[in-house]
Amino acid sequence: MSFSVTEPTKGTKWFAGVLVVGYALITIAPLLWIIATGFKSGPDSIAYPPKVFFEPSMEGYVNLFTDRTRATQDMLEAAGEPKTWYDKIAREQGTIINGPSRYGERFLNSVIIGFGSTALCMILGTAAAYAFSRFRVPLKDDLLFFILSTRMMPPIAVAIPIFLMFRQLGLNDTHLGMILLYTAVNLSLSVWLLKGFIDEIPIEYEEAALIDGYTRFQAFYKVVLPQAATGIASTAIFCLIFAWNEYAFAVLLTSGTAQTAPPFIPTIIGVGGKDWPAVAAGATIFLLPVMVFTILLRKHLLRGITFGAVRK
Amino acid sequence: MTDTPVDKVAKATPETMARRIRGLSDRTIAWIFVAPTIFLLLAVNIFPLIWTIRLSFTNYRVNRPNRDVEWVGLRNYERILSDPDIWATMQATAHFLIWTIVLQVLIGFALAFLINKKFRGNDMWTTIIVFPMMLSPAVVGNFWTFLYQPQIGLFNYVVAFFSGADPASFSMIGDVHLAPWAIVIADTWMWTPFVMLICLAGLRSIPDSIYEAAECDRASKWRQFWTITIPMVLPFLMLAVLFRGIENFKMFDLVVQLTGGGPGNTTTLTSIDLKREAFEKWRTGYSSAYAVILFVTVFGLASIYVKALNKVKER
Repeated sequence: MSFSVTEPTKGTKWFAGVLVVGYALITIAPLLWIIATGFKSGPDSIAYPPKVFFEPSMEGYVNLFTDRTRATQDMLEAAGEPKTWYDKIAREQGTIINGPSRYGERFLNSVIIGFGSTALCMILGTAAAYAFSRFRVPLKDDLLFFILSTRMMPPIAVAIPIFLMFRQLGLNDTHLGMILLYTAVNLSLSVWLLKGFIDEIPIEYEEAALIDGYTRFQAFYKVVLPQAATGIASTAIFCLIFAWNEYAFAVLLTSGTAQTAPPFIPTIIGVGGKDWPAVAAGATIFLLPVMVFTILLRKHLLRGITFGAVRK
Repeated sequence: MTDTPVDKVAKATPETMARRIRGLSDRTIAWIFVAPTIFLLLAVNIFPLIWTIRLSFTNYRVNRPNRDVEWVGLRNYERILSDPDIWATMQATAHFLIWTIVLQVLIGFALAFLINKKFRGNDMWTTIIVFPMMLSPAVVGNFWTFLYQPQIGLFNYVVAFFSGADPASFSMIGDVHLAPWAIVIADTWMWTPFVMLICLAGLRSIPDSIYEAAECDRASKWRQFWTITIPMVLPFLMLAVLFRGIENFKMFDLVVQLTGGGPGNTTTLTSIDLKREAFEKWRTGYSSAYAVILFVTVFGLASIYVKALNKVKER
């Protein structure tokens, strides 16, 4: 390796490395703590001093997915031997399982609404971005500015008229309503990001295709789409993460059938007092997919979070 | 208007062939592609905005649909701007905004600066540091309440361990003096990586040759830092501040889950106050006016800021 004045010295690298790793460990500690709490038993989770080493237990996960009632000794005996492993864990806490909890449903709602709105957003967004990138659309610049400014509105402020509108249309607390709303909220981001990705594809490819006898549509989906695949995929993940994490609209516009997981997780309570292992288990299951996506997205992260203002 | 390469090709192609190649005209395709997006944005963004502005001049209440809706002119605006409680929430928001930005800029820049020293494995550690900002703020707020529990909470335990105080003697979310800092800490934990990533992009955009030239001129490292690094990163840093400023001005989910605006009104940020007015007290007209004021404020401040940002970029 050739000598360079700008290459940091070995000592500098070590010093920087130690500080950054130190910060990373501090920042990851709360997350690891939550994941660990999900595997603690009730008493372990609220022990003082906080327990770093503990006997793993599935109590949190069992409590998360089941609905239980506290039972007296007689009732426990009358119920007979526990039939399954999760039955057994519930019995050990002096409770009897009545049936599944609503967490599964709420999680499924998050999946349906998240993927539904992402798919819709990608279809509309790619088409619009292509048009913005390749054609002379009147008022193009104003439109893009408008799209960005919609993001400045506090969600609660937007929620007032949306609430009234949805009530009028019967869309309150429906999957369709939430999918349309998240699609609209995400469209601004996705059109803007996708336009950036499509701008980077040389227009000569399409010209070649047009000369070869392709129609515009064919050139679009046979030439441009495959080229933009990475960009489309990373934009889709951003939309999905937003819809997945969204709370304000979800808490105001849904209550039962279409409620997603974020408004639901904080409401998890146990039989007598807050059931922290169950809350932690719920949070862990909910947060893990996002962490996986973050790793997949690393290269395009910056572009997504800054609406394409910073490109690497 | 200049011809795009596509137009040139189109002109050079014989008429009959052009029709076959193009199928639908570009204009038609452009509209087919853009129309659904514009329609949806009009329906979900512009229409509600106009509706909010209209409602803000009335005394409409969602929970009393049968009452006559009266046109009250600017009365809602007058009442909001003269209400001391609203100025208190503005103050809480300002405290939150200023401290989160200061801390995130300082820590975020320092981290980016260190990561840019290219030690081995810096990519992996960067990804780990970035995790918090991708998570659901409501769920994060919820689990920080657990970390902030007096006695059993990890945060209290660690603070007590290093300061020697009794971990049960303070409650981050129950104390009127500590709660505003509790939300600042949680937000800083979550969003410092955002500032860090943008600064890192800024640092990486500085060409090595500038430092090499400075080295030839025998500029000290300290001087290089202040005359090269800082000015070159400044536009990026300002962009990060813009994003964080807008986001934290609208802050709702993290704080509502963490403190719920309490104790008292010490952490009632404007969005939380707005939610109470609109969806708990159901004062729809009044809260619409409130929403319009917030939007105008953030839009105005952002526009002034963007002007300043562009000036810095031009330099």
